[in-house]
Amino acid sequence: MSRKTIGTLVAGALFGAGLVVSGMTDPRNVIGFLDFSGHWNPRLVAVMAGAVVVYAGMLRLLGPIVRGIRPLPARNNRVDARLVAGAAVFGVGWGLSGYCPGPAIVSLGSGAHSALAFVAAMIVGILAAGAFSGRRRSGCETP
Amino acid sequence: MLTGFFGGALIGLAATVYWLATGRTAGVSGIVDGALREREVRGQRLAFLAGLVAVGLLAAVVGSPAGASPYPTAVLVVAGVLVGFGTRLGGGCTSGHGVCGISRFSIASIVATLTFIAAGAVTVAIATRLFAAAAGS
Repeated sequence: MSRKTIGTLVAGALFGAGLVVSGMTDPRNVIGFLDFSGHWNPRLVAVMAGAVVVYAGMLRLLGPIVRGIRPLPARNNRVDARLVAGAAVFGVGWGLSGYCPGPAIVSLGSGAHSALAFVAAMIVGILAAGAFSGRRRSGCETP
Repeated sequence: MLTGFFGGALIGLAATVYWLATGRTAGVSGIVDGALREREVRGQRLAFLAGLVAVGLLAAVVGSPAGASPYPTAVLVVAGVLVGFGTRLGGGCTSGHGVCGISRFSIASIVATLTFIAAGAVTVAIATRLFAAAAGS
């Protein structure tokens, strides 16, 4: 295995551990966060805050040290109809399941049947978007 | 709430490791897309996804398996297609836009995150009325 592959494997395991520890692999925590009219569950806010504080801090701390070796792609500040429409479609699917891609894939490992159906359908959706756009767009990689 | 923040910190650390290893931001929908369609990076993307699945398996083994979604399978299939299509059209999901993009103060990511939270909230408001059983949260 190359160093890159080992690095991404470790990153995936850490990412999954973060999702399990924070309770984000339970779709009811996500639906509870989106349910502003019912018993609102603020847990997802804490998860986002923890992730953003650490990642933003690390980028600032390590960025200047590894500059040249590990620059991030240019920041995307373009807001267009495609971005908003895509985010809205994602939001509807998120609300209809309580799953976003990361937690769904972790749940696959736990053997949750609901995750299996969801991930299979998600792959169809990803491939459909690829066929629809006709060109590769590494969007998620370069927000 | 404290476990939420701690778990989030682990996700931030994971995004840091991913960046140091690959020079990319760690967006899960984009990683799945890359594993499916970009042959040259398939190995490293699959390694990341294998890490996610392995942790899910480990969690189930030690007795804290992931919870199931309260929605019926037919709804989950529709939701899955929407999540797959929408994240690729919009160029990111909760991790790519929500965590990585916001950490880098990307305007596009902030707009996308507010949009998918708003769309999700409207959907849940409607769905909890349609599927009374799904409201158990």
